Parts: sequence; structure tokens; C-alpha cells
Amino acid sequence: MKRMLKPRHVAIGLLSLLLLFFAAGCKKKQPAPPPPPPPPPAKEEPKPAAAVIRSFVAEPSTITRGQTSTLRWNVENASEVVIDQGIGSVPARGERSVSPVETTTYRMTARSAGGDAVAAVTVTVTTPPPPPPPPPKAKASLSERIAKEVQDIFFDYDKSEIREDARATLQRNVEALKAILNDFPSASILIEGHCDERGSAEYNLGLGDRRANATKEFLVQLGVPADRLKTISYGKERPFCTESNESCWQLNRRAHFVGVE
Amino acid sequence: MKQNRAILLFLLLLAAAVAAFTQAQSDIIIRLTGGARKAVALPDFRGAGASAQFADLFNRTVFEDVERSGVFTMAPKSFYPLNPPQTDRDLRTPAGAQKDCGGRCLPDWAGAPVNADYLGFGYLAEQGGQLVAFGNFFNTRAADPAGARVFTKLYTGELSEAGARKIAHEYAADILAQFGVPSLVGTKIYFVSDRQGKGTKEIWVMDFDGSNQRRITHFNSISTMPSVSPDGRRLAFTTYAKGQPQIMMYSTETGRFIPFRNSAAPTNAQASFTPDGRHVLYASSVSGYMQIYIADLDGSNPRRLTNTRAIEAEPKVNPKTGLDIVFVSGRGGLQQIYRMNMDGADVERLTNGEGEASNPAWHPEGRHIAFAWTRGYAPGNWNLFVMDVASKETVQLTFGQGRNENPSWAPDGRHLAFCSNRTGSYQIFTMLADGTGVRQLTTEGNNWMPVWSK
Repeated sequence: MKRMLKPRHVAIGLLSLLLLFFAAGCKKKQPAPPPPPPPPPAKEEPKPAAAVIRSFVAEPSTITRGQTSTLRWNVENASEVVIDQGIGSVPARGERSVSPVETTTYRMTARSAGGDAVAAVTVTVTTPPPPPPPPPKAKASLSERIAKEVQDIFFDYDKSEIREDARATLQRNVEALKAILNDFPSASILIEGHCDERGSAEYNLGLGDRRANATKEFLVQLGVPADRLKTISYGKERPFCTESNESCWQLNRRAHFVGVE
Repeated sequence: MKQNRAILLFLLLLAAAVAAFTQAQSDIIIRLTGGARKAVALPDFRGAGASAQFADLFNRTVFEDVERSGVFTMAPKSFYPLNPPQTDRDLRTPAGAQKDCGGRCLPDWAGAPVNADYLGFGYLAEQGGQLVAFGNFFNTRAADPAGARVFTKLYTGELSEAGARKIAHEYAADILAQFGVPSLVGTKIYFVSDRQGKGTKEIWVMDFDGSNQRRITHFNSISTMPSVSPDGRRLAFTTYAKGQPQIMMYSTETGRFIPFRNSAAPTNAQASFTPDGRHVLYASSVSGYMQIYIADLDGSNPRRLTNTRAIEAEPKVNPKTGLDIVFVSGRGGLQQIYRMNMDGADVERLTNGEGEASNPAWHPEGRHIAFAWTRGYAPGNWNLFVMDVASKETVQLTFGQGRNENPSWAPDGRHLAFCSNRTGSYQIFTMLADGTGVRQLTTEGNNWMPVWSK
């Protein structure tokens, strides 16, 4: 079929062309037509400008941990500006406060059809210096106060009477004990009675008890509240000194003060 | 031969000297230990088959039990004849003028140099997987073997060291029973030790011979001054586990603590039991001075027995009569031992005021006390004494070998346990009531305050 039609198409085409030509030739003479427009440029659009990062800074560029730094930037010709480290898209001009915990480099990417631009800025983070020592405590602990301000007293062999030297010591202790009990309203003072190794353990339990009690009675007479004083006898169970001589024995025949909070 | 004779002569002289010393000893000691002793020979049992490995342990245990009893003198082993009998059938009557049958005739043992009054012999065997001992005990002075037999007995135990020890104790106990001496096998000694950690004291217990030492308390504190009820079922002690020293009560049967009501006092300590086991005596500072109280077994209904402005400690009720209390008091100056009635009346000082006296311990028969005294020594240098409470006559048992404290009578009334630092550290020892036969039972850490209980 196609082959059959083809010569006829050609013939019609030619005829049309002739007619067209003929018709034109029959028109009256007219001015020359303008030249055809120049051919369009070879399919190329005009090129856009590349992105330019005019500035990207961190102020200050060094911080100590916990402080903040401000990132400032100025970008031109960018279709999109992105800063990493979780900041994301930002306007072409702007600033952002950051507070990195360690030295961090922020990378900016400015995108444009005309070309991307990249810049980076580093915020250096320094570790804060160790904290200064705490200011001296306003109050020493109970045991520190007792160790510093209250003195133990000593006894003669097999005796629980308060000796002359012990009286003077206890009189000094009274003011200290009152002040300490005032500063520690819930505390009490435990008076330990101790003995040297020579008496029997059983009898010494009673002797240590007696020494602690005699000490307590003396302090109460001088105004230390009785309900804040407790006693315990260690007999010869907890010696301060373990040699078998008089200087050691004397150290063990004592009333010792301990704070109980 | 000449040399042997010289040695023999020396030993005879020595024996005579010992005998003279024994005769010079106090009546107290003779009453407590039975005076002159019989001599016994105990030739080693030999073991057949699998029993042989336990023969040494068996022989040692029998020998120690019999020697420790203090009833006998042990005939010197080196004088034993070389061929001792193993069964009663081995024994012969000496024929005519025969003087020596090498051990098979009783006169071999009765005569010099052995001079034994009694002969224990036998052998060990394995029978049906068990360890058996065929034990004999014969009187060497009897006219003929038939009449000489005291007993012949079969003992059966496990084929093990424990089994060997058991049948050895049984055989020794049978020997001692012939002389009215109760065996100590099965008795216990409670004591205080710091072996678990310096600065702590816990209550421990062991068998009478030092074996099976085990810990009772685990307070990681100071727990001390143990005391046991007459039936052995309750243990009382003083502990710092809750702060101030308080009395605690423990059941030796269930291994549990029994409630005890302590008085509101800085110190409650040194509990001991009345012989009926129904009351407890103790020392308490409820009045400001440590004084003696009596209360019900659970600590309720306390009654004060002393009323002084002095230290009163260590109350102990007469275990035989239940009628009087010995205790320690500082009422006259340095600590001395006193006696009073159960109601606190009729107080009497027992020690004469010299030195310091402590740790009174009643003899089971209630006539004597053992105690620690510094008489004749510097303060702190304690020695052990025994006193006849009625006459106040005393006998000294230790003589300055370290500090010797806390005597406690064995249930047999013939032995004492005590604490001494004679080795450099404090350890528990036992000895016969005449001061002989000292044996050390503990070695680890320091150990104090033995209490011998049935």
C-alpha cells in the first residue's frame, strides 16, 4: 500500500510547490523582506555566578569548656548554606552561638549552580583548671574538735579518784565540752574508761567503768549536761600501749573522750 | 651392764625423791588427786592387716588418756619386757624356779625394773570392715593369771583415725573407771580467742584434749568471759557487739541466742549459773559501782547482793551446795577473794590481803576453789593456787612461769584448765590439780579464759 501511494504524494507535493511558486510570481512587486533573524546561540543558557564565602569566623576561637563562641558568616551567590556538627542549613548571612565540649571544627558548605565553596573554622576548647581547694570548713568535725580541745586524764594504779593533775585538765575540758556540745546539738560525748594490764580482766572491767563514771560525775558537777555524757568501760581490752612497763601502764590508766554523733 | 645399773640406781633415787616430795605435799592435793599412785604398764597393741595403720594413734591415745588422769604413774617403757602378751591366753604362770618369761608372766611386770601394779595389753584387728580392739587389764600382783583379770573387753569402731581414737578413749575410760575416775572424754572447753583477727575476741570451743577447735561467735567485736550452765546446755558471755559490754546467752544445743534482759547499766558482765541452772549471777554497774546481782535465767527480777562503794566482780555459786558465793572485791583495797551467803550476808575475806587475788573457781565438790593470786610476785604476775575454803589453807600450783590465770576445774575434779603466757603468747593449758602433767591445748593466736564443761 505504501509503495502504491508514494508516487501520488510526491506528485501532490510537487504540484503544491509549483502552485506556490506561481502564486508568488503573480503578486505585485513589493520591498525586500528583512533578513532572517540570526540563528539562536547553540542551545547554551547564560552561566550563573559561583558561591563565594566572604567570611566564616568563630569569635572567640578559643573557649574554656562551658563557655560559648559565636560563629559568623557571610556568603554570596549561594543557593544553600550548610554548616555541619548538627547545625544544618543556615541563611547566607548570620551568626550562631555554639558551646562545644571539646575542640571542634565547623565546616561550611555553600552551594551554588555556579560552584560550591567550602570553609572551616575551629573552636578550640580548653579544659577548665581544677577547682580551687574548698574554702576551709567553717566548722571542724566533732572528732577533730574533741581531739584538739579535750584532753584525756590519767589515773593511779587500781584507783578511780580524779588526781590533782586530772582535775586541772577536766576544768579546762569543761569549757571545750560545753562549746562542742553547743556546736553539735545532737552529739554526745562517750567517756571510755581504760586500765593497765596488771589487774584481772574481770576486775578491770569494773575499774574502767568506775574511772569513766568518776570522770562523768566530775564534769557534771562543773555544769556539763549529764544526758550528753555516756560512759563505757574497756577494762584492759583496748590498751593504748602494749609494753609491760610503768610508762606504758600509765598511758593505759585513763579516761578517753570520744564524740558520738 | 655396769652403765645400765648406774642408770637404774639413778632412776630409783629419782623415784624416791619424787615420792618424798609427794609425801610432803599438802593434804589438799592428796584429797584432790588421790595421793599415792598405782604404776601401770601399757605395752603397745599391735595391729593385724588393715588395722595396723591405726595402731600408733590408738596406743598414743590410750597412753595419754591414762597418763593424763593422774591416777597412775606410767612405768617407764624402756624397761618393758620384749615379749608382752597380746591375748589373755599368752599369759603363763612361771614354772618352778623360772624367773623371767620375757613378758608372758605377770611377775615379769610386777617385779623390778618395771614395778607395774597393773598391765594393760591386747591387739587390734579388722573384722567385717570395722576396727576392733581386744583390750585386757590385769592386776600384776595377783597370785595367778585367772585371778589377776580386771577386765577383758572387745571394742568396735570405724576403720579410721576417728574410730581408732574412739575405741582408744573407751578402753582408757574403762581402765580409769576401775579406780573411780570419770573419763574426760566428751567434755568440752569453752574459751576466748583472737586468732580470727587482732583486736577482736570471739568465743570458741574444743574437746578436752584440744581437738576439734571451732568458733561459736561471729561478732567481729570483743566477746569474752564465757560461762557454761551446769548441764552444759547454756553458754553465757560478755560482749561489746552492741556497744557497751552486755551479757548474752546462747544455747549450745540449738546454736541460737536466747533472749537475756540486761539492766540499764554501762556494764553488765561475768554471768555465771546457780547449780540448779535456774538463776544467773552477774556484775553490773547500774548503781555506778560494779556490784553483784542475781536474776532469773532470762535476766528478769534482778536483786542486788552487794552494797559497797567498791568494785565487786566474778560471782560464783558453790556448785555442790548452792549455798554460798565466792567473788572478787576491792572493798578492802587491792582485789581479794571473798565469800558470802546467797542473800549477800556473812561476808568473809578468803585470801589474806597479800597481793591481788582473782578468778575464783569452785571445785565440783564445793570444798575447794582454784584461783589466781599475785602473792609473792609483782602486780600482774599471777600464779594459780588452790584453797580449802573452810580452813583457808592454800597450795600454790604454778611458780612464776609467765602469768597464769583463769583456772577452771574439769568435771572429774582432778584436772584444771588455765590460761598462761609462759610461751610468749596467751594459751590454754590443762594440768593435774597437783600442778603436774601440764599440756598445751592451743597454739593459734592468743587464747584466754578456759571454761571446762561436761
